[in-house]
Amino acid sequence: MEAPVASKTITVEINGTSYEREVEARKLLIHFIRDDCDLTGSHVGCDTGNCGACSVIVDGVLVKSCMLLAVQADGASIRTVEGLAEEDKLTALQQAFSEHHALQCGYCTPGMLMSATALLEKNRRPSEDEIRKALQGNLCRCTGYWNIFEAVKAAAEAGA
Amino acid sequence: MLLREVEYARPSSVDDALRLLGEHDGARALAGGQTLINVMKARAASPDVLVDLNGLGELSGIELGADGTLEIGAMTTYTEIVESAEAKARPILGEVCAQIADVQVRNRGTIGGNLCSNDPTNHLPPLMVALGATMAIRGTAGERAVPAREFFLGVYMTAVGQGELLTKITIPAGRKDGFAAVTIGVDGTCIVNAAASLNGGARVAIGCVDAVPVVVEPASADETAVRDAVRGVGLEPPSDVHGSADYRRHLAELLAVRAVRTAAERS
Repeated sequence: MEAPVASKTITVEINGTSYEREVEARKLLIHFIRDDCDLTGSHVGCDTGNCGACSVIVDGVLVKSCMLLAVQADGASIRTVEGLAEEDKLTALQQAFSEHHALQCGYCTPGMLMSATALLEKNRRPSEDEIRKALQGNLCRCTGYWNIFEAVKAAAEAGA
Repeated sequence: MLLREVEYARPSSVDDALRLLGEHDGARALAGGQTLINVMKARAASPDVLVDLNGLGELSGIELGADGTLEIGAMTTYTEIVESAEAKARPILGEVCAQIADVQVRNRGTIGGNLCSNDPTNHLPPLMVALGATMAIRGTAGERAVPAREFFLGVYMTAVGQGELLTKITIPAGRKDGFAAVTIGVDGTCIVNAAASLNGGARVAIGCVDAVPVVVEPASADETAVRDAVRGVGLEPPSDVHGSADYRRHLAELLAVRAVRTAAERS
């Protein structure tokens, strides 16, 4: 049986690239992603699990990365907002965000995109109500929700 | 945010987890972490060792017995319960789990974590009491079964002792259940909630009005009987920024009636 440790070396695949780092057990996953792997697309908004700006997809499951420890992600495969576009080609969802003015300050956008991506991968034709429920864990303090819903709807109709 | 220093272990079996919890004073089981990690940020909890239960397959999953009894592993997530075909045998389970927080939290948060944290604003403690669930608590000395009514001991306190784990929740067969809550915003923090079950007698459990769910057993599902029964237990709920004690008393009666009505109308 492994004894408890205060730090350990973990290997995490993020957007197809493998990162091996020694981390303290107390480090939150969001800080590992941002500070240790220099992937600063995922944001820290509230740090209390409310705002969803840190949302990422861990082994296919949408989570708030401020409510997981980095050590818990050892061996996991993670997708962040940086992994959505291929080269310079935006995904249909990202394109729809651009066309529908679905961001103002942009702070919530990475989390919104990950939540909407997780939704569309599970449900290709979500109803308006399903879109609202899927984005319930993501706050936009510019309150630009209407255009965000429009963008997700458009991406779904475009077959994103 | 930087947490206080903590040690971490990921056991490969429940027995290992129990050994780790027993060996280290200040060790705590880490389930979905959707409450614990947050209260650690606020230093409201400061465990020295976290024993991560994620990945212990023996603690998750839902089994439906031939007699309609459901056995739910403590590490089963809300999303798994919402999406489970087996859990539909008791439809209220998925309905209530779908009202907890948001997608991300439901993907990680677990039934066992919810019950063991026994936050008085949680939905599942009153629901489990109303449904007459039984909790399996395992320690190094063996396993014991505790009825939901005796499981919740106080704010953030349950019958699970140091060095023990809640492993499984058993829910008897039945369908005629209801739930009603008034929350801060849709699916937000609860002000008052009520769960009702009319499977052989009427039982209502009211949450957020005391440290543990308050059980009310009306003589019938009739509205007057429910109102009388709620008044009869003499609730003394707390007052806070979200509602006065009087308002909570008013809601308790109203939500008990609504929950019982939903239960009665379910075929």
